[in-house]
Amino acid sequence: MRFLLVEDNTSLANAILDRLRLDAHVVDHAPDIESAEAFFATTDYDLILLDIMLPDGDGRSFLKSHRERQDETPVIVLTARSEVSDRVGVLDLGADDYITKPFDFSELEARCRAVLRRRGGGSSNEKRFGNLRFDPMAGTLVVGDRSVTLRNKELRLLEVFLGAPGRIFSKGKLVDRLFSYEEDVSENAIEVYVGRLRKHLIGSGVEITTVRGMGYRISQT
Amino acid sequence: MTAGAKSSVQISGSIRKRLLLQLLGTAAILASVLIVAVLGFVRDVAEESHDRILSASATSILDSVTVTAGSLSVDIPYAALSMLGNISDDRVFYSVTSGGTLLTGYEDLPDVSPPLSADGQQGQPAFPTVFQTLDYKGDSVRMATASRRLSLNGIPKVIAVNVAQTRDGQALILTRLTRSSMALGAGFFLLASLLSVWSAQSTIRPLATLTQAISRRGPKDLRPVARPVPSEMAPLVTSLNTFIERLSASLSRSEDFIAEAAHRVRTPLATVRTQAEITLRRVEREDNRTSLREMIRAIDESSRAAGQLLDHAMVTFRIDSLEQAEFDLSNLAEELVERLRPMAELRDISLVFDGHPPCLMRGDPILIQNAVRNILDNAIKYSPSDRQVWVSVTTEAGTECVSVHDQAGGFGDTDTRSLTERFVRGDNVQGTVGSGLGLTIAREVVEAHGGEIRIINTDTGDGACVTLCFPSL
Repeated sequence: MRFLLVEDNTSLANAILDRLRLDAHVVDHAPDIESAEAFFATTDYDLILLDIMLPDGDGRSFLKSHRERQDETPVIVLTARSEVSDRVGVLDLGADDYITKPFDFSELEARCRAVLRRRGGGSSNEKRFGNLRFDPMAGTLVVGDRSVTLRNKELRLLEVFLGAPGRIFSKGKLVDRLFSYEEDVSENAIEVYVGRLRKHLIGSGVEITTVRGMGYRISQT
Repeated sequence: MTAGAKSSVQISGSIRKRLLLQLLGTAAILASVLIVAVLGFVRDVAEESHDRILSASATSILDSVTVTAGSLSVDIPYAALSMLGNISDDRVFYSVTSGGTLLTGYEDLPDVSPPLSADGQQGQPAFPTVFQTLDYKGDSVRMATASRRLSLNGIPKVIAVNVAQTRDGQALILTRLTRSSMALGAGFFLLASLLSVWSAQSTIRPLATLTQAISRRGPKDLRPVARPVPSEMAPLVTSLNTFIERLSASLSRSEDFIAEAAHRVRTPLATVRTQAEITLRRVEREDNRTSLREMIRAIDESSRAAGQLLDHAMVTFRIDSLEQAEFDLSNLAEELVERLRPMAELRDISLVFDGHPPCLMRGDPILIQNAVRNILDNAIKYSPSDRQVWVSVTTEAGTECVSVHDQAGGFGDTDTRSLTERFVRGDNVQGTVGSGLGLTIAREVVEAHGGEIRIINTDTGDGACVTLCFPSL
């Protein structure tokens, strides 16, 4: 997915950039409104992360003109203040959601996913593999004429597998990708989700195979 | 203003009382002066009119003294004595003397007839009338002496007429007049007192109005005083406004500081965490991975603890000046549930909301939101995947209650009352990041609003239910 991050605080911006790139997203970083407009004019983004206090103006004015141009790209506003009026203001201006700084990345990830899911994703992000079509933003999996909405962990598991088809993922690595580090999860928990995903994949010509002693991989039959 | 603040003020008298005492004192002095002056004046007038009558009486007797065939004859006119009787029942004495020899009347009445050449003015037949007060027959009398020269057989003689009258009647009149002037003085004093009270009240009124306007303010109202005040109070109000300005600047600095501190602590932690995650994806050796995981957990713990400590600071700060807004607890909780839904979904936990508006209450919505969010955060954080968390808002017996019911395993055997102590955590949380401040924050907010917090393990034993109750509006 392609993100545009408009944030002037360099250390925070770098942290967000690193984190999003870690999940294989493409992120452009604009430190002010002017460069944000320049990026936006040349590229289509799936999501914009917008700071309010910017060196050359107010992020809200960018948001307003953005919505007046009938642009439908979802926007999540990063507010520094926890004031209620601020939040209501940005939602009225057409923001899809807001997040109050300082935030945990798990919250940012959750909000991005929720917004993209609500917006229903788009064909540009659809992944095809064998007989299945998978829209990670909407969280839908289409096998033939059967469509399922995946639960979050199933969705992320499938994302990980489809990110590198044929590659073997150890249970330990999958646990790291699926669960936050706060939880003590045994590696066997992965088996439950692999099992669920296998059910959804029946008839798709795609299967998750167990590689003994090493882990799992996805492949076409 | 709280009772504590009131008792810490040292009272040195009251302006109103002082002003009133001063005005009343002045009025009392003025009233006494008035009484004395009126009394002196009427006494003078009474004495003077008495003297005039005595003088007229004596003169008319003197006029009736004639020289007939070489001898003096006195025919006292009836009117001369009757005019004295008009005044009262006082006794009248008289004597007529010629050259110190009694002609008629009371012989022991002192004779003060002037010597022949008293004023050395020959040819002046009459002398000025002389008045005196003296004791006669055991009574105080006033006596007028009229005298003139008369030529008797060629020899000049001084004929004097003494008319004296007791003064009982005058004393009576004076007593009556004294009583009236006392009444007048008292009336004056009463009127002046009423005016004093009114004047003291109206002087103090701008002060009272200002006090009322300031004490009626909400704790968050830090606008400067704008209402017009008398010029004498302007310096006080100016100082007050400067003080308010400094206070509000200091308060907003504290709030900014709390937010800024959170930012400063958590942003670098986020960078470190990301770097650790990136490394974790690269390394293969299990012992390295374990240490990296430990590292990430420690970072998460620091970040969350920093967040909660600052949350706690913010809550303590806001409780000090508790805002009193009216709002619907059900709407607040629903908004919060929608807000946290993405985080719950990330962990495949479903949030179920059940509210029954209206659930109106009064308090600081930001604090209450913070309290409920801490409870709900805990529920989401400790729940295993694919579970549910129920949030319900109900009205029960004059309280508005929000309950968070989870399937996170309950609090085990920990004493549920001790859970709201700072840094105390339940038995079930081994291996989960947390600071133990969440419930403390909730309890402090609830207590500040006069409500109560209930923590119970559910009957089924698979979870806990935390209920926050606040008094209804």
